[in-house]
Amino acid sequence: MAVVTGKSQRWRITLAHLGLWVLIAITLFPLLAVVSISLRPGNFATGSLIPTEISLEHWKLALGFSHIQADGVVVQPPFPVLLWLWNSIKIATISSLLIVAVSTTAAYGFARLKFRFKSTILNSMLLLQMFPVAVALVAIYAIFEAIGGVIPWLGIETHGGLIVAYIGGVAMHIWTIKGYFETIPTEIEECAKVDGATSWQAFYKVLLPMAVPILMVVFVLAFIGTIIEYPIASVLLREEPNLTLAVGSKYYLYEQRYLWGDFAAAAVLSGLPITLVFLAAQRWIVSGLTSGGVKG
Amino acid sequence: MNAWRYLFPGVLAMLLFVAFPLVYTVQIGFTNYSASNLLSEDRARGYLLEQAEVSESRAYGFSLHADGDDRARLVLTPQGEGASSTRFASAPLSLGSPQAGAVAMQPLALDVKLSAPYSLRQVVANRDALKALRLTLPDQSQLIYAGLREFAVFEPLWQVQPGGALKRLLDGAVYQPNRDTGYFEDAQGERLQPGFKVGVGFANYARLFGDADMRGPFVSIFIWTVVFAGLTVLFSTAIGMTLAVVLNWEALKYRTLYRTLLFLPYAVPGFISILVFKGLFNQNFGEINAILNALFGVKPAWFADPMLAKAMILIVNTWLGYPYIMVLCTGLIKSIPSDLYEASAIAGAKPLTNFFRITAPLIIKPLTPLLISAFAFNFNNFVLISLLTDGRPDYLNTKLPAGTTDILVSYTYRIAFTDAGANFGLAAAISTVIFFLVAILSLVNLKLTQSKDLSKGGH
Repeated sequence: MAVVTGKSQRWRITLAHLGLWVLIAITLFPLLAVVSISLRPGNFATGSLIPTEISLEHWKLALGFSHIQADGVVVQPPFPVLLWLWNSIKIATISSLLIVAVSTTAAYGFARLKFRFKSTILNSMLLLQMFPVAVALVAIYAIFEAIGGVIPWLGIETHGGLIVAYIGGVAMHIWTIKGYFETIPTEIEECAKVDGATSWQAFYKVLLPMAVPILMVVFVLAFIGTIIEYPIASVLLREEPNLTLAVGSKYYLYEQRYLWGDFAAAAVLSGLPITLVFLAAQRWIVSGLTSGGVKG
Repeated sequence: MNAWRYLFPGVLAMLLFVAFPLVYTVQIGFTNYSASNLLSEDRARGYLLEQAEVSESRAYGFSLHADGDDRARLVLTPQGEGASSTRFASAPLSLGSPQAGAVAMQPLALDVKLSAPYSLRQVVANRDALKALRLTLPDQSQLIYAGLREFAVFEPLWQVQPGGALKRLLDGAVYQPNRDTGYFEDAQGERLQPGFKVGVGFANYARLFGDADMRGPFVSIFIWTVVFAGLTVLFSTAIGMTLAVVLNWEALKYRTLYRTLLFLPYAVPGFISILVFKGLFNQNFGEINAILNALFGVKPAWFADPMLAKAMILIVNTWLGYPYIMVLCTGLIKSIPSDLYEASAIAGAKPLTNFFRITAPLIIKPLTPLLISAFAFNFNNFVLISLLTDGRPDYLNTKLPAGTTDILVSYTYRIAFTDAGANFGLAAAISTVIFFLVAILSLVNLKLTQSKDLSKGGH
């Protein structure tokens, strides 16, 4: 594009750079501040944003070690951050695996098999997913209390119950995988069927190996979605050793027991891995965004 | 039928944990389900029938006598003056494996030889097993464990009457189950706790829209919810769209770097960035007030003043939300054919003209349904409100706690799960109202997307 650039153009570019840097500074301020706070001694010190004295006390506590203060007082870790992180990872991994399994088979059915009410089911699934789960919390609580009366390991205050609750959120993933299956020509499976494969074998041995990349994408998306989930987890889990990070982190910032520095270390420790996974998966997430999904 | 084998798990999961909770919420909205009316009528009656008074005056001393491997006979001895001398004994019981249940006691013949009684320490060791026992004497009176030395007669307080009413045995007062209010009531309308769960029709809705004490906060919260969601979308779109346009400018260097840095708020987990802001905005210990204090000598009370709290929520949510709009707009702008801009450059158009004449008109149509989705999402942005302010500061003088920064979902959460007596029925009624609003938004969205698809198909 041959556009004549003049003096005003250069001014505008400088102005744009300046404006962008101001905005970037505002955007990054909370993130950089929390790193600096995690390295600053004490939970109340304010004033210097760049720590004059580096202290690892908050990191020690976040990693589960006790810390000995200068006056000899031993400080125990206030919360089991690593246990919470483990709970979060465990729940997110298991539920994501189940979500992938459930949505893959369903996507195969929708992409390849012919049956009545197919488009009705598909559309009502999308419509259902628009209702935020936070609104149905009362019912979810009541349902899991009832389930817990029959199957104790799926009730309130169990990780099993939370995992099962997360499997409900499969509609978007079914659509993603279905879209991918539809790009694979049906002739490949038909050949397998001509050679005597059943429809299950055609799915399991032929189609599935070709869909591994999309399954990994769905796994990562489901993992991120469940590890940051707060509303259901906050209703189903209440006892400290059971909590996930998303539910537990808020306990650091109670007015009566304000642990700002300890929170900062725990936040960086738990937030950084999730952020990195998110950035690595950015490409797929962005392509999903334009189809209407909003992150929670 | 073959297809259902594949669909079954996914569709079942959605029905159970997405569709059913919606329907169930609507149903709960028509009941009085709450902390005081938690059980079904049968279970509430069962609970009351289990209530009993232990009569200390008719207590029996007890002793345990070993009889075979790990087994012992329980022997009851009448106490007090003038008591008969008949002792009662059980068959040998296995106390090691505690099994609740009725044990029949038989009169003990005088000439039966028993082994030496258990020491107190052995009795203590078997306490849990003893507590599970329910002894029946030949005259049908029931005894339960009443201490380390005694079993006592256990007298139920209530007796069930035909029709499900309960009679208090002490004074003969009869409490009828009132299936409109969900309580057992006597003739004077005095209620027994616990109540039970019954349908109450539109009572929750009548309370919501009719009761002035309830309607006031409800309307204010509703208005704030709409304002909050609308302004969030407006601010995020203003910033996000501007950034997308600027970052699409080819003369600008380092665009990829800028885009990555500006995308960061979206990549950080929401529960962490919201809590980080909660700390940064803290009135006394927060870094934002430290900076404001150093620059202007002010320390705004972000969490105590309703207006400031609302401003803070909008600032935080704009920070969280603009990267999403930026990414959306970037994608939409990329799809605009570049010859339009070339033509306008030849015509000598300024950048602002380009934006208002080419970019904005072309992206606004595909953007609208996405913005409506963003509005619907923020309308129910429970995580933000719950973690940042928890709805506080609260309105004064309301019957149920209601916050000035509460949005409808966080308000239902407070009614159902925190203070205010866990009124699930009322919370579900508000949720049902939200369902209708979301459904309307979704329908509008569907119409817009469909008309877009149709116009696409028309080309």
